[in-house]
Amino acid sequence: MAARRIELMLCTGTGCVAGGAFRIKQALEEEIARHGLPDEVSLVATGCNGFCGQGPLLVALPEKIFYGWLKTEDIPFLVQEHFLKGRPVQKLMFTPPEKKEPIPLLGDIPFFNKQMLLVLRNKGLIDPEKIEDYLARDGYAALEKVLTSMSPEDVIEEITKSGLRGRGGAGFPTGVKWKVCRNELKTPKYVICNCDEGDPGAYMDRSVFESDPHAVIEGQTIAGYAIGAAHGYIYVRSEYPLAIKRMQIALDQAQEYGLLGENILGTGFSFDLEIREGSGAFVCGEETSLIHSIEGKSPEPRQRPPFPAQVGIWGCPTVINNVETLANVPIIVTRGAEWYSQIGTATSKGTKIFSLVGKINNTGLIEVPMGITLREIVYEIGGGIPGNKQFKAVQTGGPSGGCIPNSLIDLPIDYESLKEVGSMMGSGGMIVMDEDTCMVDVSKFFIQFTNDESCGKCTVCRDGSDALLEVLTRITEGQGMSGDMEFLEELGLAIKDGSMCGLGQTLPNPVLSTLKYFRDEYEAHITEKRCPAKVCKNLIAYWIDPQLCQACLICHRECPAESIYGEKQMVHVIDQNKCTKCGTCLDVCPPRFSAVKKLSGEPVPAVERGIKVERKKKPARPEQEKVQV
Amino acid sequence: MAKLTLDELRKKRAEAQKGIYLREGEFRGKIIVHMGTCGIAAGARGIVAAFLEELERSGTKDIMVTTSGCAGLCSKEPMATVEMLNTPPVKYGELTPDKARNIFKEHIVGGTAVAAYALGMGSERGA
Repeated sequence: MAARRIELMLCTGTGCVAGGAFRIKQALEEEIARHGLPDEVSLVATGCNGFCGQGPLLVALPEKIFYGWLKTEDIPFLVQEHFLKGRPVQKLMFTPPEKKEPIPLLGDIPFFNKQMLLVLRNKGLIDPEKIEDYLARDGYAALEKVLTSMSPEDVIEEITKSGLRGRGGAGFPTGVKWKVCRNELKTPKYVICNCDEGDPGAYMDRSVFESDPHAVIEGQTIAGYAIGAAHGYIYVRSEYPLAIKRMQIALDQAQEYGLLGENILGTGFSFDLEIREGSGAFVCGEETSLIHSIEGKSPEPRQRPPFPAQVGIWGCPTVINNVETLANVPIIVTRGAEWYSQIGTATSKGTKIFSLVGKINNTGLIEVPMGITLREIVYEIGGGIPGNKQFKAVQTGGPSGGCIPNSLIDLPIDYESLKEVGSMMGSGGMIVMDEDTCMVDVSKFFIQFTNDESCGKCTVCRDGSDALLEVLTRITEGQGMSGDMEFLEELGLAIKDGSMCGLGQTLPNPVLSTLKYFRDEYEAHITEKRCPAKVCKNLIAYWIDPQLCQACLICHRECPAESIYGEKQMVHVIDQNKCTKCGTCLDVCPPRFSAVKKLSGEPVPAVERGIKVERKKKPARPEQEKVQV
Repeated sequence: MAKLTLDELRKKRAEAQKGIYLREGEFRGKIIVHMGTCGIAAGARGIVAAFLEELERSGTKDIMVTTSGCAGLCSKEPMATVEMLNTPPVKYGELTPDKARNIFKEHIVGGTAVAAYALGMGSERGA
């Protein structure tokens, strides 16, 4: 490629595409052409950059200037000012909330500079649809090393020494799993890549597929070599169309180049991969259900042992690894187990990708070394809680995980610490909650999800989650009874004990962890009929403070239930019998009045209709101080 | 295309690496072409093209060609500033594509500033 002076790395991950990244791409191409710049400025459509909350976004190289929240109408100005005349455009740069000065360079933005990129080492730096870009970043060098200088046993030894553990949730040592499978006598053997990512709010695996699919292919091929497999499956949920498309392109390229198929690179090793799409059952992320799904059976788990590494797909020994686990393999092989094992904590090595979502300023995908504290993630990378609200809890591990309260914010993030406090690493979802989140409501949300997704094979999981949901619903509706909390705890533990697979064994975690850390909130719901976060509709009321109402008629007009009495000059009154508690009045009441209040656990003060408003006097203008010269 | 052998894979990788040097982020120096309206009118675009051609021909990977606004000396446009690591920046004025090529060869590759076109060494002081 000819020399260029600027390369524009435009994010085309799912988030940015939804925000219009392809329209931005077209606008950029048109403007670059209009100014006669195609020989000087090139445009690369990359996978997910990670800072999804700022999308659509691009990074201008070589200076690495970060531009976010782009709109097509900004593009002509941006191209002319920066890419032609060399004057970076401040108004399109990232400005942290409550700050005035933008931060021009990507490397200076706290969201990025606290991260450590191993798995996502190529994110935003390659076009995922071009194998050349991957090759240029030392792609397939690990495969080359393995096939020319390492025996399968060497590979397993290296991965074991690195301390790599499964990134899908349970954290089983990867090298041990490979060894068990290698030692099985039965052939053929298989490797499956598990990209059935179902946790609400989690999108780590999707992003790896979308930004660096060849890293997964390379890792999976090395796994195949290590265990002695000639065939593998990539199991990905069909709700990920862009990830599937990019993975298929990558597979076609690898096959064309002979990096997959017969006699890879002339070394005599043969290995091939194919994609299998799942159709949306959460339980398919569980390995035995996943196997059943590929086999064309109904996706229900089966009892383990025997583990899939012994008896897996088609009855043959099968290694199932998560996307992120496999994407770690090439870099461990190239840089060595010793280097890798220096990153992280004593028992959790390397890095972990988290999707940081919820009530947090910087939403996005982050990769951090194991052992980082929750505080660093929330306040430094995440930039804190919007609107200066109080941090309440973070939910890790999705519906199988638990809520970690504010008091444990200095907890180092690794497999053991998370388990100890009643949560789990899970695949890496991280949902941040602030003071406006009701913890009973949150656990109800997760139980609703797992209750829907339970396959129904085990009675305790199927009927137990029904019962949990029923009691939680009752509590949030103000019908809680004494003994409910004890019942939830007892049932939760019984479901954990009596379920066959990970879904049932972990589904009570959100309930049990919130009962442990937020018991006072349950008590308030049950005994005082009060929702402390003022979320549960049956326990709250909206009320207009007659002292503050200025009779502006906005809430009267906007109320969809027509439940607000209002006339000019007259204090507005909400008819509690008609009110549907949608909260519109609170949202539309002008902040300078702030007359609408949410009440919970107290009687709604009666207000007569026909009270004249007390006009707020305009504050007298302070007399200007005379300046003494 | 035919399946790759090990040697071909290595060759392909080396070839691909040439195309992505801007992403690696290690630079020994920087050529800044001033592209204010005055610069563009005086022919700065041709100067950028000349530098990029030289860059490609020499296979140099650690030099950044970039642009910036008007340098304030509009009568001497087109202008460029060359900043090599650990040496004071040099400003060149009244450039032509041929002069630009000379600067590339003598200053960037050779390491000696071209006194004949240089307007001055160092930068203006900030406030």
